[in-house]
Amino acid sequence: MCMRTIEQTTQEILDLATVQFKVPAGSLAADDDFYKKLGIDSLQALEMLSRLENHFRIELPDYEVQGVSDFKTLAQRIQARL
Amino acid sequence: MLDLKKYNSVGEALRDALETWPTEVCLIESDRGEEKQRLTYRNFKDKSQPLAKSLQDLAIGPGDRVAIIMTNQSKWLISAYAICFCGATLVPLDFKLKPEEQWQLLKHSGAKVLITEYGIWRQLCVSPARAAAATLKTVLVTEAPEHAELSGAERWESVKGANPPVFVPQKRQDIACIVYSSGTGGTPKGCMMTHENYLEQCVALTSLYPFWPGVRYLSILPTNHAIDFMVGFFGPFTCGAAVVHLRTLRPEYVREAFPKYEITYVSLVPLVLKNLQKGLQARFDALPDPKRKALDAMRSINRALTKDRPRPWLSRKLLGEVHAGFGGKLEAIIVGGAFTEPQTLQFFYDLGIPVANGYGLTEAGTAVTVNDLKPFRADTVGKPLPGMEVQIRNSDNDGIGEVTVRSKTVMAGYLNEPELTAETIVEGWLRTGDMGRFDSTGHLQLFGRKKNMIVTEEGKNVYAEDVEQAFEGLHVKEFCVFAANFIWSQRAMVNEKLLLVIHLEHGQAFTPELKSEISARNAWLTNYKRVHGLVIYQEDFPLTASLKIKRSELAQRLATLDREQSILPI
Repeated sequence: MCMRTIEQTTQEILDLATVQFKVPAGSLAADDDFYKKLGIDSLQALEMLSRLENHFRIELPDYEVQGVSDFKTLAQRIQARL
Repeated sequence: MLDLKKYNSVGEALRDALETWPTEVCLIESDRGEEKQRLTYRNFKDKSQPLAKSLQDLAIGPGDRVAIIMTNQSKWLISAYAICFCGATLVPLDFKLKPEEQWQLLKHSGAKVLITEYGIWRQLCVSPARAAAATLKTVLVTEAPEHAELSGAERWESVKGANPPVFVPQKRQDIACIVYSSGTGGTPKGCMMTHENYLEQCVALTSLYPFWPGVRYLSILPTNHAIDFMVGFFGPFTCGAAVVHLRTLRPEYVREAFPKYEITYVSLVPLVLKNLQKGLQARFDALPDPKRKALDAMRSINRALTKDRPRPWLSRKLLGEVHAGFGGKLEAIIVGGAFTEPQTLQFFYDLGIPVANGYGLTEAGTAVTVNDLKPFRADTVGKPLPGMEVQIRNSDNDGIGEVTVRSKTVMAGYLNEPELTAETIVEGWLRTGDMGRFDSTGHLQLFGRKKNMIVTEEGKNVYAEDVEQAFEGLHVKEFCVFAANFIWSQRAMVNEKLLLVIHLEHGQAFTPELKSEISARNAWLTNYKRVHGLVIYQEDFPLTASLKIKRSELAQRLATLDREQSILPI
């Protein structure tokens, strides 16, 4: 059973991205385009997904996150698998 | 290798390959570091036959189209073979497209059957565009959970025909595949590739980069991409080699696969190659000073000793640790899909890892030129492959003109687009829209594009017109999307970007609300299709009598503006 709310999931994603990409705390928001905000390419985004998989203990197929570029949608995809 | 001159179709050649090397491994599939499947050619044949029979039970045969939307995996290739076996036309679609784009291409292709993965099918089912593909009668899904709701689809794993399927021969000129090179937002460009296109391309490519039983090709580029279909399926299979699939392309698993499976070849797009270079360089930089100096010395020696041609055994001795990281068997990295910067190519060559860079486009049957490494030239895209006639048309004083190609590998045309086909293939010559010239040694050099399009470092073709749909209804007088290099010619194929050009209504201000709307619409686009800048043009766009924008004329007018000052960030 999923114990997290979508808000909690979103916040945990933002916190992990903040640490992984060394951006100032509180500078990321749910609606942010992570490619743009973090200045990352698709490979770096895949690396971020690996960390998120480990953190949430889930498996996210690559195609599930194709076309996803904001933290909010990413959180929804993760939440659906928790 | 099979003598492909003897064959008339992709299916016929594959059928013989399965009989020729029954005990050789043809496919290895790994998921997150764990090997899930290993198939011999005989296993492959056994798995494909029930599907082929099922397709025949559905009356699928010559003239029918069957689409595949799958990630790189064994069932992709098994399904493709079954389709070819039945004499039907394969429509490989990009699993990375949005569901509505996939439905659009399913509709355009007229596919009767779709073979896809359960997860992708779930996304397709919730798309309102589903109703569009009226010709689609059957959907087969792979890997559906036991009690999953299939929304009208059938399980790929459960299909079986009662009797053995009957092989359906094809002629060389029949259409083997319809490969979409672009056009999900505007005119879909479905390249009709004949059996001859594939047979001839395979002969040409393997003459330079041969496969043989024991070779292991790591399939990373999506198999719907013309390059991977050739070097990650048809090429290795007709030579008895093996293909390694990874179910996820996270960098850590890709790195691990090289030594684990002793990979011989891999194809990458420039973005991944650059990332690999970055990672290696960071590791080299972190070495203690004496070790780094020793490595630099070895690289210099290797560079000097491989000046004329690659010497893999020598490079492996000199730079053993680096090569061990790649498994110690890597013959070459094939790079394609987009332009690769010379410094990246040189970086790998100096390490004794040749990068087979070249130039090609789906319409030409993939590769047109490839670097033959005799000697390695980082500053060119190589020489024409055997069987390719390449001419530079309408060249300027510097010898730079449009690259045109004539070959048995050039597509039959664009599906349902006779006018576009006639504009693209003129008197048997494919007009590529790319600008280039030959140097004195016969190597092709590229200098930008004539077309209003970009090719991303991920190898994606994006036509400016196709992106405009996202901005329909924008509150401005008129707008148009351009490739920046189409307006301001750069004589280069790097840093390609799309721009949105807007003309405001009389008295209208460029407000923060309008800027937000543009950003929001841009964000709706898949990331590689997004525009990267905005130009506010102060005059009316030139229009045709039917009120269409005269793009070339508008581009000429925009070219009079200063590039750096005119482009605003989005």
